[in-house]
Amino acid sequence: MIPAAFEYHAPASLDDATALLARLGEDAKILSGGQSLIPLMKLRLSSPPHVVDINGIPGLSYIREAGGVLAIGALTRESELEESEIIRARYPLLNDTCKVIADPLVRNLATIGGNLAHADPANDHPATMLALGAEIVARGPGGQRTIPIASFFTGPFETALKPGELLVEIRIPAPAPRSGGAYFKLERKVGDFATAAVAVQLTLRADGACERVGIGLTNVGLTPIKATQAEASLGGRRLDDATISEAARLAAGASEPSADLRGSVAYKRDLVRVLTARALRKAAERAQGHSAQGHSTEGRR
Amino acid sequence: MRVQLSINGEKHEADVEPRLLLVHLIRDVLRLTGTHIGCDTTHCGACTVLLEGRPVKSCTMFAVQANGKSLMTVEGLEQNGKLHPLQEGFMAEHGLQCGYCTPGMLMAGYAFLGTHPTPSEDEIRVAISGNLCRCTGYVNIVKAVQHAATTLREGAAR
Repeated sequence: MIPAAFEYHAPASLDDATALLARLGEDAKILSGGQSLIPLMKLRLSSPPHVVDINGIPGLSYIREAGGVLAIGALTRESELEESEIIRARYPLLNDTCKVIADPLVRNLATIGGNLAHADPANDHPATMLALGAEIVARGPGGQRTIPIASFFTGPFETALKPGELLVEIRIPAPAPRSGGAYFKLERKVGDFATAAVAVQLTLRADGACERVGIGLTNVGLTPIKATQAEASLGGRRLDDATISEAARLAAGASEPSADLRGSVAYKRDLVRVLTARALRKAAERAQGHSAQGHSTEGRR
Repeated sequence: MRVQLSINGEKHEADVEPRLLLVHLIRDVLRLTGTHIGCDTTHCGACTVLLEGRPVKSCTMFAVQANGKSLMTVEGLEQNGKLHPLQEGFMAEHGLQCGYCTPGMLMAGYAFLGTHPTPSEDEIRVAISGNLCRCTGYVNIVKAVQHAATTLREGAAR
């Protein structure tokens, strides 16, 4: 399958890239890892007249924890997240997530920035970032701005990024003591999109009650979904069979799946319920194991 | 556009359209036809090549993106007329039936063994999970990779 012809641009700096993107507007698509864009172009579901390859821009690939924030450069490959010691040690939700995206070969090219900016509701990082309460750093010709993840996904394949803006960094709050997370995804086979998946990130108080809970849902709606009622139901409460099943029921209620080859509406909704309960239990287990861990991993990759 | 790249240690240059896929540069322009095209939709991994040492699907990358990069294809495994231990492993363990997926399996397996000298079966299965064998000959493919791991370890110990 041969994509339609396009003009190829490979800017060598962020300034060049944003100037180019501002000039080309809707006619340009950004090429990051290319693992979603190129298949779409080959199927001619997307035929952009201009492709702006950002892979030659230095300084966009990093994983750094400093000042209470984990900062990840947009061009960081999924395989680099998977191999990161900081993420393995301190961000189990991210570690779970990057291991189940597509397959290992795709993960050698696919980038975290692309996974978010593409805004496919079936992509995995969006739900993860909703659960983590991340922020998106966007850079445009006029400078830089920060977008809270909860207002980033505006529709299917649509984000708050304006034409001319480039996603450059993802910022994740460093976990407080007694924090844990987990990502549970059901996929029919490696490389398939999720039938449904649930991301949970939580922080427990010393008495075991929930201080903060984030729950994100993958591929059960037109956009990734933040299950806010389920989150609120756990505020200040201990996780037990009753509170977990209530939160899981509310998360299932927040999902808006459509029927397809992966399952019926009822099946997917119930799957959200089951996966939410499992992810809550796993996240809590990790949060309790986490409490002894206070060492700094600053600067380590 | 002018593209320069190194494949299996050899420099190549070509004039390409930006939309030319890397796999088409490799097969149709440079005539290295060991790399296969299977599904053409980023699923099967028959087109797997190493880009700067990492296995990637060459049907899901433009040739212009490989400008200035170093690649390795299945043709690069054999050295001085001698098969690589992984290729020997595929022969010894009957790691192929129709052989269509084999170039991709070999490249994914080769990159994997470089970082996992003593792999478990589970690790091997994850490493080749982006490569599909529609003869479903996975059992013997896993054995072939294990065979090669043993040969390579013995070679290193000698």
